[in-house]
Amino acid sequence: MLNTKEIRSYFPILDQEINGHPLVYLDNGATSQKPRQVIEAIKKYYEFENSNVHRGVHTLGNRATDSYEGAREKVRKFMNAKSTKEVIFTRGTTTAINMVAQSYGLANLKEGDEIVITHMEHHSNIIPWQQLAKRTGAVLKYIDLEADGTLSLEKVRETITNQTKIVSIVYVSNVLGTMNPIKEITQIAHEHGAVMVVDGAQAAPHLKLDVQALDCDFLAFSGHKMCGPTGIGVLYGKEALLEKMEPIEFGGEMIDFVGLYDSTWKELPWKFEGGTPIIAGAIGLGAAIDFLEEIGLDEIEQHEHELAAYAMQKMSAIDGLTIYGPTDPAKRAGIVTFNLDDVHPHDVATVLDMSGIAVRAGHHCAQPLMKWLQCVATARASFYIYNSEEDIDSLVTGLVSAKEYFNDVF
Amino acid sequence: MSSNLDQLYRRVIMDHYKNPRNKGSIEDGALTIDMNNPTCGDRIHLTLQVEDGKIQNAKFDGEGCSISMASASMMTQAVKGKTVEEALQLSSTFSEMMLGKDYDDSIELEDIESLSGVSQFPARIKCATLAWKAMEKGVSLDKD
Ligand SMILES: Cc1ncc(COP(=O)(O)O)c(C=O)c1O
Repeated sequence: MLNTKEIRSYFPILDQEINGHPLVYLDNGATSQKPRQVIEAIKKYYEFENSNVHRGVHTLGNRATDSYEGAREKVRKFMNAKSTKEVIFTRGTTTAINMVAQSYGLANLKEGDEIVITHMEHHSNIIPWQQLAKRTGAVLKYIDLEADGTLSLEKVRETITNQTKIVSIVYVSNVLGTMNPIKEITQIAHEHGAVMVVDGAQAAPHLKLDVQALDCDFLAFSGHKMCGPTGIGVLYGKEALLEKMEPIEFGGEMIDFVGLYDSTWKELPWKFEGGTPIIAGAIGLGAAIDFLEEIGLDEIEQHEHELAAYAMQKMSAIDGLTIYGPTDPAKRAGIVTFNLDDVHPHDVATVLDMSGIAVRAGHHCAQPLMKWLQCVATARASFYIYNSEEDIDSLVTGLVSAKEYFNDVF
Repeated sequence: MSSNLDQLYRRVIMDHYKNPRNKGSIEDGALTIDMNNPTCGDRIHLTLQVEDGKIQNAKFDGEGCSISMASASMMTQAVKGKTVEEALQLSSTFSEMMLGKDYDDSIELEDIESLSGVSQFPARIKCATLAWKAMEKGVSLDKD
């Protein structure tokens, strides 16, 4: 277990009461809180370095450029990419996946080709492919899930064919907590000549990324779920692929030479970063990476497995509580999605909120998965580095009183 | 905890949730409205039978939390037998109540009054207003 007491002390927001109770923040799947180190880095940028990048000859311009490009190098190392040419700053996971669909997808797919995803995807890894399929005449196919919410490689093999051009799969499910065998799936995709896209939104905060070991072609993640600010994310792409792809946003910063009727692009990665980039966001993300690496990504993953195991053990002791997803805690990240018999998840969330406990209730941007689970909505507790077993005890106490409140009082 | 919660979950609300009135669907010649709350998945299927500017019958089906389903039950109960105009007036009074504003208390609200506590829970206001929005949409279909 991590030293959550010390870690908590870095997060000013956690030191407050909500509805008369100390805040227990268990909605990290939606967004994580931000440590002082990140807030300070952004503040320092605005107070001492703020300037546009890659433009000014002046000193501030250099400082800002160094910090921005320094953040890119931190991201490269964080996910073990070969080169900073492969690190594109975006607004987040959603933008990154859309970039792949619109740039790579539109240029390489034609009628009859296949795009393969799964039933456990977030809307941001479904809709860009639906749209691409509509525009190109490609077919969108879903890999079916096993009863426990995992993927079997057998079904992966059955679904991916020689017509498949793109496979796009979530690394860690934001609802089920399932950790998918991305490396193995990538290999299968490559055997059929397809490119592999990974939605890493719930993976980057919680485990050690290694894009070279995975051998995936693209990977997307968001800064705000990993202690960084909102509005910044990353698209990783293999250099050889990115080199051949066209930008989707045109304007300043991304050009080499502009003529009256035609223009040429800067080299990678800047050709994909049209306009003034998200400078403060990238610097904040860099600081978040420093912070997480100081704690250790392997340690973070371990901490979350332990919390998930503890939560599953305690929560399954509550009569009438159903937990969705893998039953083996070793196969899941620190995400526990559940329902309480006869109490709608909204009502669960409101009762918990009155005790200062923040959980998510709803469809978690995964309506097709809700359909697969055959429920309209669920409640979700998702853990991070500052959560402890005591937080889970509070959750369990809150759930028991929610149940009593709804079953006994009325 | 309970005292705060009791403002939201009044006994009348829970009664409507557990024993919904006008549950089901009117089969023939009714106005049909399907609405959902995209942020949370609450869903209502409302059927209204409007004749000569009067809501003769109203039924609902759906899935959702206690507040959304109780509100739907109360809404159908309240608008049945009212003219379209009266129903819309009731709906705007309900909106004001949800916004925590002073509302026209000359109108007989009956069970609906029990939802006034929802205004203290901003995240839940949309749950309570879903059925009313569906009703408003339904009667506007009649005009076309
Ligand atoms: C698995 C998964 N994919 C994609 C996203 C979208 O991330 P963002 O909203 O930061 O673009 C999320 C976040 O909600 C997620 O959990």
